[in-house]
Formats: sequence, C-alpha cells, structure tokens
Amino acid sequence: MMEAFFFLLFATMAAGGAIMMIASRNPVSSLMYLVLAFFALSGVFVMLDAHFLAAVQVIVYAGAIMVLFLFVIMLLNLGHREDIDMRGHLARLVALVAGSGLFAAVAALVFRGEQATLAGEESRLAVEAMIRSRGAVGALAEPLFTSYLVPFELTALLLLVAIVGAVVLARRRAP
Amino acid sequence: MDPMTGTAFVIATTLKILVFFVLLLVFVALSTYFERKVAGFIQDRSGPNRVGPLGLLQVMADGLKFILKEEVEPGGANKKFFFLAPVLGLVPATVLFAVMPFASPAPTRWGLMEMIVADVPVGFLYVLAIASLGVYGIVMAGWASNSKYSFLGGLRGSAQMVSYEVALGMSLVPVLMLVGNVQMPEIVSAQQNFATGPAAYGAWFFLPLMLTAFVFLVAGLAETGRVPFDLAEAEGELVGGFHTEYSSMKFGMFFLGEYAHLITTAALITVFFLGGWDIPFWQGDNIRVLADGTVIGEPTWWKTLLTFGSFAVKTLILVLFFMWLRWTIPRFRYDQLMDLGWKVFIPIMMVYIMILGLAMYLLDEAGIPVGWQYSGALIVLNLIMMVTLIWGLDRGMIVKGATSRTRRRAGGIRGRMTPTAPSEVD
Repeated sequence: MMEAFFFLLFATMAAGGAIMMIASRNPVSSLMYLVLAFFALSGVFVMLDAHFLAAVQVIVYAGAIMVLFLFVIMLLNLGHREDIDMRGHLARLVALVAGSGLFAAVAALVFRGEQATLAGEESRLAVEAMIRSRGAVGALAEPLFTSYLVPFELTALLLLVAIVGAVVLARRRAP
Repeated sequence: MDPMTGTAFVIATTLKILVFFVLLLVFVALSTYFERKVAGFIQDRSGPNRVGPLGLLQVMADGLKFILKEEVEPGGANKKFFFLAPVLGLVPATVLFAVMPFASPAPTRWGLMEMIVADVPVGFLYVLAIASLGVYGIVMAGWASNSKYSFLGGLRGSAQMVSYEVALGMSLVPVLMLVGNVQMPEIVSAQQNFATGPAAYGAWFFLPLMLTAFVFLVAGLAETGRVPFDLAEAEGELVGGFHTEYSSMKFGMFFLGEYAHLITTAALITVFFLGGWDIPFWQGDNIRVLADGTVIGEPTWWKTLLTFGSFAVKTLILVLFFMWLRWTIPRFRYDQLMDLGWKVFIPIMMVYIMILGLAMYLLDEAGIPVGWQYSGALIVLNLIMMVTLIWGLDRGMIVKGATSRTRRRAGGIRGRMTPTAPSEVD
C-alpha cells in the first residue's frame, strides 16, 4: 500500500517532469523540470534498494551536471524562442520516426509483460547477500575494483579524453 | 536490547524529526542574535541590547519585522522562480540534519532508539548529494530577479559552489579510507575506543587526518557562502548579490538558510573530524550498534543527554569560530578564490589521498593493529605534511607580516639597494 503510493508519487513526478521539460518554452524551466525528474528517479532507485545509485544520481546529475547546464544557459542568456533552433522538415521527420520507434519498442516490452531480467534468481540472491555483508556501497565497489577494474579505468580514461578534447576545442583560435 | 521496529519506530522517528527540526530552527534564530553579539564584541561595541533582557528578544523583533514588511516584486521577474528560490535555499540546509547522529543510542521500553533521524545506507553520500543542491537557491534567485547585480551574484555563487564541492568531496575520501564505511554512526564509532568490532582509531579524525580536516573546514566555509567566501553576496560590489531584490520574509528565508547552512556545516565537521557526540577521555560513552544488531557498551538515558551536550558544545564552538572568522578576515578576490579551489586544494587532496593510502598499506604490512599506535603514526605523518603545507601556502606572508614581500622587493633581498619606482611595488 505504502510502497504503491510512493512508487506512483515518484513515477508521476518523473514522467511529469520529463514531459514538462520538453513542453516548457523557457530553457531554465526545462532545466528545473529535468532536475525534478532526476530527483523523482532517485526516489524510485531508493525504493528498489539501490541507495548508492540514488545518491550518485543526485550528486552527479542534479548537483553537478545540471548546475553547469544552468550556468551555461544563464551565461548565454538563451531566452529567445526555441523553434528557431530546430532544423528543417526532414530532420523533424527523422526525429519523429526515431522517437516513435523507440517508444513503440519500450511500450511493446512493457505490454508483453516480459520482465527484463539481466540475471537469474541465484545471482539476485548473491547480490543481496553481498549487500548484507558489505553494505550498499561496498557491494558495488568490490566488483567494480576487482572483476571490472579494466572497464572501469577505461571509462575514466574516456572522461579524461573528453575533458582534454573540450579544452582543445575551447582554446582553438579563430583564423 | 533490540532496535525499534514497527509502530514504535514510526512514532519515534516522527518525534525525532519534530524535536530536532524545532531545535535546529531555535538554534538558527539564536545564532542570528549570537552573531551580532560576537560582531559587537569584536568591534568593541555592545551589539543588540534594547529588546528584552540582554537584547535576547531581538530575534522575535526581527521575525516580526520580516513578516510585516511589504513584499516587493521587481518588474520583469520570473514569478515562479522568484518564489521558489528562497525555498530552495533553505530546504537543503535543514534536511541535511536528517542523517546527523546527535547522541548515543537511548534505551526505551520498546527497544533501542538510535539518536539519528534516518540512518541511510549511503550515509555521507547523502550529505554530498543534498549539499550540492544548495546552489540552486542562489542561482535561481540571481536569475529570476531580473537584475544585473543579482545575476552576477548568482553566476559567482554557482561557479564557487561547483568548484568547492570537488574539494569538499575529495576531503571526505580519507575519512572513508579510514572508516571503511559510509554510514554516519559508524564514522562516529570509528573515532572512539573499541576493543572489538570494526576498526576504531581511538582518536578524533582532526588529529590523524589534520590536513583533510583543514581542507574540509575551508571548503565547507566556502559552501556556506559567508565571509571570506561571500562573493555571491559581496555588498561592496553587488549591493546584496543574489538577494538584492528580495524583501520581507523571502529575504528572511535566505537569511535563515545562511545560518542553517552554517550550523549544518559545523555539525558535519563535528561528526567527521571532532568525534561527533563522543566525550573525550571517557570510555563510558563507547556505545555502538553493529550491523547485525548487537550492542557494544551500556546505553542509558543520562549518557544520551551527556553525549548530546557534547555534540551541541562542539558544534557551537565551531559556529563561534566561523563567526569570529567572518568579522576578522576580508573577502577573497575572485581569481584567488578560484585558484585556491582548483589549483591548491584539489591537487593537495589528490596527493594526500595517495600518501595516506601508502601509509595505511605500510602500517598494515608492518602488522600494526588499528588503535592508538596506528593513529599515532598517522598523526606524526600529518603534522609533517601540515607544517609543510602551511609553510608553502604562507610564503613568508603571515609569519613575517603581509608587507614583507613588498619590503623584500623594494629593499632588495639579494642586496639590491637601488631605489624602486612606486609602481613596481606591489
């Protein structure tokens, strides 16, 4: 009962925030709705017992990336009408087709009632045992720094490359 | 004794929320009065002394003034966000108290009551998450006011907070390395003296992690946005910064938010580096609840009250320290502020984390058990690094006096006695 209520609350907030984000004309409003959606999403994560994911969601997205977005929006003063930014008819058509295709795929999955289970029952139990013994953070940190160390470090390298790329682009002088 | 469950838990949690929230607001109100008294003392004047005994009712008078004053809404302001901004400024500072361990657990008829509103499994990650939201209030206020000064204040505030959040987060990594757990009660327990159970260092972390505590103190102060880090407000340059256009209770909420943030930061430093509710040199308060529910130590009600007193005293001393700083140190220049965050604190913390990791590895290899010897070795290491750091940051300015560099340039430290033109003297 309680669970259903909170799930509905957070789900409505997340979906509503996402819809309002693309519907609102003002870029700052859009951004705040997106923050709301992230927040509601982290509420859903908490209900799924994924506490670490919930915290990281807020720290990284709501607390850091969105603040930078806000900074950029305010600095560039993006107050004008947004439809000018949109491309021509062909691009809109492509976007429509791609968007509805993705939506149809997700909807089909949901209505066929198939639970997307990445792992079987026994691995779920193993994860739960791990959380009991190592805590919410340790259960994630241990595989991340042992079995998946190389992919983890490579991701970090990817981010570093992105930062270096951004600096190079920003420092390029106009000819 | 078992932890509380079921209805008793719900009722106890509701009570704790009510009591601690009211307590926080009372302390916030009193600290506005306290700040003026401190300012008065430092500037050799009386401070508020007209309303009530010792001017104590000044707080009530201020509250009344905030409520009764006319509310002005600037033309062209974005109404929705203009209203939302003060709320976003106040709420994060207050909800941070949800994960603060106030006192040792108290026994009740219905089970052991832990003196923390929510012992969330992610502990201080929650602190980082909520603290990172404080910036929205300032940015929203600056943007929605439709005023140049507010806008500049908002921009400065967001840049400053994002920068210092990195230093703040990194200065918590060493604490995590020592404790090996992110839960707040565990961080307090790790600073006490336990013979059994998970690691306990028997020393408040400001000793074995001196440098970290220093960085956290400064970064935390920067997050509160008070002098010397009040670049977002900067009344000398930006009128009132982000809250220039605010009046009456909306301004009041920013005002309360600032003090709530101050108390929260002080409480966080207390928990992370000053042993939380631990009473120094007394082993009777070593009470901890392990993950499987077993209780070490003997919880009683009077111990709960005593430890709460210890927590409150430490927090208030830090609040006093912050106020003292505010009325002593001038504001940073903006580029210096950014340099300190990005070029000093972040590299220092990176190197520090590596050195600490190496030291912990060596101590483990040497077979020294976690305890006073382990802490002692870390204290010695930290003292050396701290002295080096202060010496490096100082560069002969504080110890020899601020004019020493000028004199050196003008008088010639290498025996250069030629007179210098005034423009060359910085």
